[in-house]
Amino acid sequence: MTITETPTTPTPHSRRLTTSKAIVEAIAFEMERDPSVFYLGEDVGSYGGIFGSTGGLLDRFGKDRVIDTPISETAFIGLGIGAAVEGMRPIVELMFADFMGVCLDQIYNHMAKIHFESGGNVKVPMVLTMAAGGGYSDGAQHSQCLWGTFAHLPGMKVVVPSSPADAKGLMTAAIRDDNPVVYLFHKGVMGLPWMAKNPRSNDAVPDGDYETPIGKANVVRSGSDVTVVTISLSVHHALDVAERLADDGIDVEVLDLRSLVPLDREAILASVAKTGRLVVVDEDYLSFGMSGEVVATIAEHDPTLLKRPAERVAVPDVPIPYAHALEYAVLPRQDRIEAAVRRVVAG
Amino acid sequence: MTTQAAAQPATPQQAGGGTGLDPAVRLDLYETMVLSRTYEEAILREYHADKGPGFDIGKGLIPGEMHLSAGQEPVAAGVCAHLTTDDAVTATHRPHHFAVAHGVDLRRMTAEIFGREDGLGRGRGGHMHLFDPDTHFSCSGIIAEGYPPALGQAFAFHRQGTDRIAVAVTGEGAANQGAFHESLNLAARWSLPVVFVVEDNDWGISVPRTASTSVASNADRAAAYGIPGERIEGNDVEGVYDAARRAVARARAGEGPSLIEVHTLRLWGHFEGDAQGYRLDLEDAPSHDPIPRYETRLREAGVLDDETVTRIRSAASERTEDAIAFAKNSPVPDPASATSYVFA
Repeated sequence: MTITETPTTPTPHSRRLTTSKAIVEAIAFEMERDPSVFYLGEDVGSYGGIFGSTGGLLDRFGKDRVIDTPISETAFIGLGIGAAVEGMRPIVELMFADFMGVCLDQIYNHMAKIHFESGGNVKVPMVLTMAAGGGYSDGAQHSQCLWGTFAHLPGMKVVVPSSPADAKGLMTAAIRDDNPVVYLFHKGVMGLPWMAKNPRSNDAVPDGDYETPIGKANVVRSGSDVTVVTISLSVHHALDVAERLADDGIDVEVLDLRSLVPLDREAILASVAKTGRLVVVDEDYLSFGMSGEVVATIAEHDPTLLKRPAERVAVPDVPIPYAHALEYAVLPRQDRIEAAVRRVVAG
Repeated sequence: MTTQAAAQPATPQQAGGGTGLDPAVRLDLYETMVLSRTYEEAILREYHADKGPGFDIGKGLIPGEMHLSAGQEPVAAGVCAHLTTDDAVTATHRPHHFAVAHGVDLRRMTAEIFGREDGLGRGRGGHMHLFDPDTHFSCSGIIAEGYPPALGQAFAFHRQGTDRIAVAVTGEGAANQGAFHESLNLAARWSLPVVFVVEDNDWGISVPRTASTSVASNADRAAAYGIPGERIEGNDVEGVYDAARRAVARARAGEGPSLIEVHTLRLWGHFEGDAQGYRLDLEDAPSHDPIPRYETRLREAGVLDDETVTRIRSAASERTEDAIAFAKNSPVPDPASATSYVFA
């Protein structure tokens, strides 16, 4: 399934992998290293995960550690919580972020609160993975990101990788973390054979075992004119825009937050201090979410950092429509990002 | 008997079973129930001591909602008699009798109820959110949602190669929640070592079981998941003890989960301050109090005498008052630490 297009930067210590393969590599390494790690969810066994998150793991680790569950999210997410409390390190997959509603109590009242309610005496070291995002006409109940909702509720880290290398390093860090970590993978970055190919979803991934620290943003493109703060698939769109605008002499810095919780506010401030202009791109809903949080970070710290008012490009508080033209109209794709960047650099 | 939902109390004659029990076991059951009741009477006293003038739920040494389990002691005593503190117990928002019966440290539990620094959760949890890793005890304030994590504890115990088990408790009102049914199905399908316990006290807050539930007995629902289900009438501690013995043995032997429903009695309100105007079975409820009833039975059997009763009651009082004093002497958490323990 690996897409073997021409490697751009092959090194002795990395290969090109799709994001899904990179995630699987991290999980396999941790399962090898730590017998308390196991994977649980719907269609994660012989199917290999609907979005390729567990391909090959069943053959390698067997059905006792790669476990197909009934379609019963409350029961099996709760099972992960109880197992984590008793010293195991479950990775539990909620197939779509959109399904959080059927099991949210386990997530935000139990998984995320037990450590706090116990005064730090009980740890819940589990990873809750899920697919997020739209762009393929799957409609309003299968295309949401919702990471802002998880980030709003205290007690869980929220990780959203954009690149294969980060996906592997962040998964390793998530499994080793003593806290509950919600790990959202956008379907559009996974390098799935049955979706539109994003060239950056098949990229260099270092060999061996490494962690990408959770809570540390990444300047994926350095620039001097405007900062685009974003996450996940929108990082790729922002890079597309940055490359296009470079021809017009606009130098865009792209900051990949990598995680919403913890949020690397220092990196946001440092970048905006340098460029003086800010565009926040978020495939989640506009209001009360990540984009507002990023702008508030500037406003609370030093609003004078901004030479122009900030711009937000997000889903305009509407359910994700089904028809292709309607969906593309609300998603923060290259056209809307480019327009926003041009507006903030115009002044 | 003015509502259909009103308790159908068994007479002592009906409340049979376990008559062949070892006298030491019978005394232990009695002692556990007395300790739980004594403890809750003291919590009740402290709770109401400074709520006035009037009744302000947020005031006093014990603020907030308080759900007491008086009348339901037979369930906890009968089940926990078969457990060690290596086994897990997940209780409900009405958790004290199970905490007491499972051996949660009384001092630290009380300090938590008082919201003190030495509490089980350093004052972050409160009486509905008690977590004690030493005894694998936990509880949840959300109806039925304590069941799924209990599955995970059972899963871990099994994977770790032990014969430890998990006991998951809900009320009868929770048996109409999705989490209840999902948990029974999954535990049955995976043969997890879980004992599901349903405390049927007839009332989901103010709604009687007959108005909320399509079956007369939630034990019948076990059949839908292919597991044994047993209902114990009469709030009889020895009946619970017998049923729990079977269920616990089955779980330990790797034969999977069972469900036990106990028809019990909510002697006091849903929460303290609940006037229970909706409740028409209260007039004769005190006569169904399981503790004096069991005491009479044990006296008649020659297991209990005045001297033993006095000894057990004063020991319970001593432990309770010691725990209350410990809680009162524990410092209030530093407000500056309110944001601690969100993350490990």
